[in-house]
Amino acid sequence: MSDLRDLYQEVILDHSKKPRNYRRMEDSCSRAEGFNPLCGDQLVLFVKVASGIIQDISFEGSGCAISKASASMMTGAVKGKTLEEADRVFEHFHKMVTGQPGDPFDAEILGKLAVFSGVCEFPARVKCASLAWHTLKAALKGEGQQVTTE
Amino acid sequence: MSTLVKASAASAPGADPAAPFDVERVRKDFPILDQEIHHGKHLVYLDNAATSQKPQVVMDALGRYYGADNANVHRGVHRLSERATEAYEGARRRIRQFLNAGEDREIVFVRGTTEAINLVAHGWGRRFFKAGDRVVVSEMEHHSNIVPWQMLRDELGIELAVIPMDDEGQLELEGLEELLTARTKLVSVVHVSNALGTVNPVERIVQLAHARGVPVLLDGAQAVPHIGVDVRALDADFYVFSGHKLFGPTGIGVLYGKAERLEAMQPYQGGGDMIRSVTFEKTTYNVIPYKFEAGTPHISGAIALGEAIEWFRALDLAGVEAHERALLELATRRLREVPGVRIVGTAREKLGVVSFVMEGVHPHDIGTVLDLEGVAIRTGHHCAQPVMQHFKVPATARASFALYNTASEIDALVAALAKVREVFC
Ligand SMILES: Cc1ncc(COP(=O)(O)O)c(C=O)c1O
Repeated sequence: MSDLRDLYQEVILDHSKKPRNYRRMEDSCSRAEGFNPLCGDQLVLFVKVASGIIQDISFEGSGCAISKASASMMTGAVKGKTLEEADRVFEHFHKMVTGQPGDPFDAEILGKLAVFSGVCEFPARVKCASLAWHTLKAALKGEGQQVTTE
Repeated sequence: MSTLVKASAASAPGADPAAPFDVERVRKDFPILDQEIHHGKHLVYLDNAATSQKPQVVMDALGRYYGADNANVHRGVHRLSERATEAYEGARRRIRQFLNAGEDREIVFVRGTTEAINLVAHGWGRRFFKAGDRVVVSEMEHHSNIVPWQMLRDELGIELAVIPMDDEGQLELEGLEELLTARTKLVSVVHVSNALGTVNPVERIVQLAHARGVPVLLDGAQAVPHIGVDVRALDADFYVFSGHKLFGPTGIGVLYGKAERLEAMQPYQGGGDMIRSVTFEKTTYNVIPYKFEAGTPHISGAIALGEAIEWFRALDLAGVEAHERALLELATRRLREVPGVRIVGTAREKLGVVSFVMEGVHPHDIGTVLDLEGVAIRTGHHCAQPVMQHFKVPATARASFALYNTASEIDALVAALAKVREVFC
């Protein structure tokens, strides 16, 4: 049976109340907006990439505890990573939140993000957990184009 | 005592019209309500504005139709087809009586409220609207009464004007007369708001519009499950609702239109049943309502909706109204006592809905915690984003009631909200 604490782990509640990297970035090299029309979550993601590495990343917006915590923890997880590494983390994260309860996941790659493993028991909340990640993907796509034109 | 008497007493609580409304007895008609939804948590269904549950008689009607009467309608010479046609047309008659419409042919079967409004937009709007004409809606419409008119705006160059609402969630009718210009071709407003519960003064709106010769469409999706609606007393030109919110099946709904209005409209879809004769050169259309019922209709759905309405009308409706009013008052009072809760939509006249937000907790999180306590509510924008924009909230949590809800279910809602505070505050 799914339990409240499987979803709302302390770490998640903490990040949702005190989101990290929660600020505008005026000199970001790319930004993207994410919107979840189902629950009205929206966020703006700011990313600074140089030499294929995410130098800085921040966000702003409003949303439920899961989407806010996910955005906050994502920024921590991908900062300083190469684009390929960030992509791989997303792949694993996505697999974890859309999988079956009890499915194994790669704790090494996911690190702290493993606290979202309970999300897969709440199908209505998967979109909340993945919104920030999809937004990051969109932002990086824009960034890729910008990089090639430079 | 014979078993016969017992059986009929159990299956038809409203069979005795004098029987006062008894919520526990009515709940027995809804087997779905009696279930454990999460371990140790009994279902508390407070999402009735999204869709209502179905009484046993409605499910039986579906089974009986497919088990004994299934055939296509209006087509067969055989006995079975006659029976199916009789049952289908019988449902139309029941709906006509329910709405107190003048004639059966004023009742058009559609998929639901959404399709009914789109049908009027197509059949009436595209036929009669010209660039510069105006359609008036209100600030509290469901998207289904906004988007079809916007599509016409983009296609024909008409203009969409909006009756504003105040911060209680009540329409400001003082402005309506100014909106009703010589170019206003239709007023289309919601009878009861699904996002706020506001009951709009539709009689007055119809009067004001008719005084300027403007026809009126009323979206009754959230009205018909709660109050008796008399389309002739209202003098509505069009009245629309969905069967699934009125204890009937999904996929069936109703467009009521005054006969002369329906006759003036162009058909919506072309095909079988809606024609009188077809050659490759020319088609003559069938009479109303068949002109708008192209193709094989949702026969079983219409019949089961007729059954739902019959079931509903057999209840002590004054008792139902009193029960629901008491529930809404209780819920409003109890929710106000929960720290951090703010009710969105505080109109004087309300029905069936309490929308609220809680300080520091997103509605989506409220919804998840409540669900685990067995309490089903809806969270989000309720397909009424302009309402959310007015109240400057991204979303609300919404508890919505039906006649089978009880005071102890409101206790469960309030107790579950205490749990929300435990987790988040
Ligand atoms: C006021 C109102 N109008 C229109 C609709 C749309 O109804 P349906 O989805 O059944 O077409 C709804 C239901 O969500 C509603 O509450």
